Amino acid sequence: MLFCTAFFATRTENMLPRILLLILMLLASSPLMADAGYPSPEEFLGESFAGATPTPGVVWLQGDIQQVSSGILGHAYPGLRLRYWGAGTRTAWILEEVGKTKPITVGLVVNGSELEKIQVLAFRESRGWEVRYPFFTDQFIGIGLAADRQLNRSIDGISGATLSVRALKKLARLALYLHTRTPYSDDPAP
Amino acid sequence: MKSFFMQAVLLAYLSPLPLLAAEKSAPGIEELWKIIQQQQAEIEALKRQQRDTSVQVEATDAKAEAAVVAVEESTTSNGTEPGWVNKMTIGGYGELHYNNINNDGVADKNEIDFHRFVLFFGYEFTDKMRFYSELELEHAFAGDGKPGEVELEQAYIEYDIRDNLQTRGGLFLMPVGILNETHEPNTFYGVERNDVENIIVPSTWWEAGGGLNGYYDNGISWDLALTSGLAIPTTGDNAFRVRSGRQKVAEAVANDFAYTGRLKYTGIRGLELAGTLNYQSDASQVSGDGLDSGLLFETHAIWQTGPFQLRALYAGWDFDGAAVKAADADRQSGWYIEPSIRPWQQLGFYARYEDLDGARSRDRFSQWEVGANYWPIEDVVLKADFRDRSVDDVDPDAESVDFTAFDLGIGYQF
Repeated sequence: MLFCTAFFATRTENMLPRILLLILMLLASSPLMADAGYPSPEEFLGESFAGATPTPGVVWLQGDIQQVSSGILGHAYPGLRLRYWGAGTRTAWILEEVGKTKPITVGLVVNGSELEKIQVLAFRESRGWEVRYPFFTDQFIGIGLAADRQLNRSIDGISGATLSVRALKKLARLALYLHTRTPYSDDPAP
Repeated sequence: MKSFFMQAVLLAYLSPLPLLAAEKSAPGIEELWKIIQQQQAEIEALKRQQRDTSVQVEATDAKAEAAVVAVEESTTSNGTEPGWVNKMTIGGYGELHYNNINNDGVADKNEIDFHRFVLFFGYEFTDKMRFYSELELEHAFAGDGKPGEVELEQAYIEYDIRDNLQTRGGLFLMPVGILNETHEPNTFYGVERNDVENIIVPSTWWEAGGGLNGYYDNGISWDLALTSGLAIPTTGDNAFRVRSGRQKVAEAVANDFAYTGRLKYTGIRGLELAGTLNYQSDASQVSGDGLDSGLLFETHAIWQTGPFQLRALYAGWDFDGAAVKAADADRQSGWYIEPSIRPWQQLGFYARYEDLDGARSRDRFSQWEVGANYWPIEDVVLKADFRDRSVDDVDPDAESVDFTAFDLGIGYQF
């Protein structure tokens, strides 16, 4: 309403900006603006295990697990333990990491030594929204850990969303590492 | 003989004694039954003890679980309503610059300057409504006759209409260019920000008003803003200079508002394409002074693949008005191209070529720049660069001179 009032109230002879602003106003009111929303953690787990969500296991964040996890994140993960859901050679994790100011909640599935699935379950910031969508997250599929626990291939970033991209990279590394500390890993850590 | 006989008798007498002893200690059936009953009672007592222990262990487990859950809820976002402290966010960035500018004595400069010290404060009123602000001190020391400035660069309320549709009101950065909204020092190459965005856009550019922005899952996003406008001077050394028109929302003249619209596409990994239009019916806020409407068109592309990145940007103003045309300042524009490579996570190299046609003679030049960034950690950067500028018209009185420069910088963000 504010834009419409200002748009037509101001005297001007230049039509180009009016046309552009009108187009953008139409975009703003378009049904395409309806957002699909985020899956709940239960929905994420259900999709990941074809409806047969297993009983969760627990990894206690202590000792060398705490040390390595803190090294990956740059800080201690809040909490004393992490739940995971495992079956066969797969584990699913629901982890959080702060982007610029607020935590991003991400669901991850590790199969063998590779990331099989990554899905943003909650994004709470006004910038960096691109990390929500498959056009960004698809590049994580099949990624693994190198010997130094960095990701074994590069991730293309998003200008203006450096911190959100960094958060997802850290969580991918963390999930891949924690998977090796569960009985479902091909090569459990000693 | 006699002793042998005695020994034999003794041996015959003593040898059955163990058997006799064994026959005497073996319990009878009744005694065995008593023993069994005692043992059964002990077994039952042990079972009861085991059951009691199991109950205690279960109770202890439950208490431990409750304690762990309580700790987790106090430290994660899934807990109860966060306290005041947890709703606050504090951040910032800063840059220290060393500039060694050489133009054979006419305008040499050897200077070290804490160019920017910035603090961010934010507060989350609810899940959908938040406050965000940015306060900046430039050049370390502000006051009368001092080189520095204290500026409020952002202070706005933002509200989520939907997950992908937001509105904001207050003082905010204009949605234009690459650096105007994202300019923490570890996010760009070069000690100084590029001159095209600095002089033409003109970054950092903020205004006050209202805005609306949204995005789609195909990577298209858009911004609309109705804000205060520029007040470009029409007289003096800075006549028609766009950057001098920034009012910074400091008792800003609001005779003419500005309309801004941006379309951006980030739906292909590593690629950003964007275009912005900004229009103001009177770019000086004063009618009849020979500077009337102003229209900015800005477009840029960023492409990143692996260690390679390419940035390219064009920005151009089109002004109406007799005086601005007479001053040959009715078309002001600039562009740059910047390839870079980051072969290691901690080290990157770049080159930049820029070409500007601004209002003043010193703002009409081309420049080559090469340099490197070193990130010991992601949030800290050390920079070095070399610049070679060639002005279109040499005019020392107007500070329009060719120069070369060597720059060093330290930057951080948190």
